[in-house]
Amino acid sequence: MIEQLNKAFDSRVRLGIMAVLVVNEWVDHARLKELLGVTDGNLASHLAALEVIGYVQVRKRFIGKRPNTSYKTTVAGGRAFRQHLDAIEKLIPRKDV
Amino acid sequence: MTSNDRMNDLAHIRGLMDRSTRFLSLSGLSGVIAGVAAIIGAYLARPHYLALFWDDRIRRSSLAPSPIGSDHWEEHLGFLLIDGAIVLLVAISGALWFTWRRGRRTGQGIWDASARRLVVNTAVPLIVGGFFCLALFHYRLPGLVPAATLIFYGLALFHASKFTLDEIRWLGLSELVLGLVALIRLDAALLIWTIGFGVLHIFYGALMYYRYERGPAEGDLP
Repeated sequence: MIEQLNKAFDSRVRLGIMAVLVVNEWVDHARLKELLGVTDGNLASHLAALEVIGYVQVRKRFIGKRPNTSYKTTVAGGRAFRQHLDAIEKLIPRKDV
Repeated sequence: MTSNDRMNDLAHIRGLMDRSTRFLSLSGLSGVIAGVAAIIGAYLARPHYLALFWDDRIRRSSLAPSPIGSDHWEEHLGFLLIDGAIVLLVAISGALWFTWRRGRRTGQGIWDASARRLVVNTAVPLIVGGFFCLALFHYRLPGLVPAATLIFYGLALFHASKFTLDEIRWLGLSELVLGLVALIRLDAALLIWTIGFGVLHIFYGALMYYRYERGPAEGDLP
């Protein structure tokens, strides 16, 4: 059953990013940082990793004169995250859930 | 990883999903202060409201001369509008103050994306309702105003409950039921309004306060 756990979600930050993105449309960098309470660099590296494996899509645009980067899960990312959650739930003894 | 770590992961995920979509810092005390303001406001409004209502009813049914004369209409209406505006102002200031105080403790900002979503979704039906009630006064139908305020407010809350604490849904439904009753029992409309905006606010506010805000640990946020 262990193999169903997705290596991509080993990090708590990545789990957090996916958790926020699956229930929201386009979330920007600042908002993710505020919700997760992590540094810019840390967040950026985890987001980049999720983007490389195709779980997250990125949109860069300008709001007024300020650049704004937002993120959203891809279909594959959303599916992978849900499978990962199911796998975690199966590993937990029933009585605790 | 132990199963405890996994439990923590799940709690963490669930907390983030909730916090990123719903505004959870809404303080129950804001409901209590709004309720108290509404009861005082309704008490002061009562003689003026009844004057308008009976004036209106007598003129309509029998075309008899109004007992108070139509030149008093504007005085009474003016009092009601000012009274209502003050109650609204006290309620909004109270909500902002208590929610700001609570937001500081839970660490959720008072003006983040979830707060904006809550405010926009509540404000649209409420503003429309406000204009609707002004029109009711304009057409001299004051008896329908308590029902209209309850119904528009109930719809706003029912709709906004998706973006905040679950109790708001029940508060919204209760206001809607009272609004419909106030349509039928025009004679008791102000009393029903006082129950809706006063008693229910205090009841649900206190309920939310005891559920989420008491105790040293903020149990709702992992």
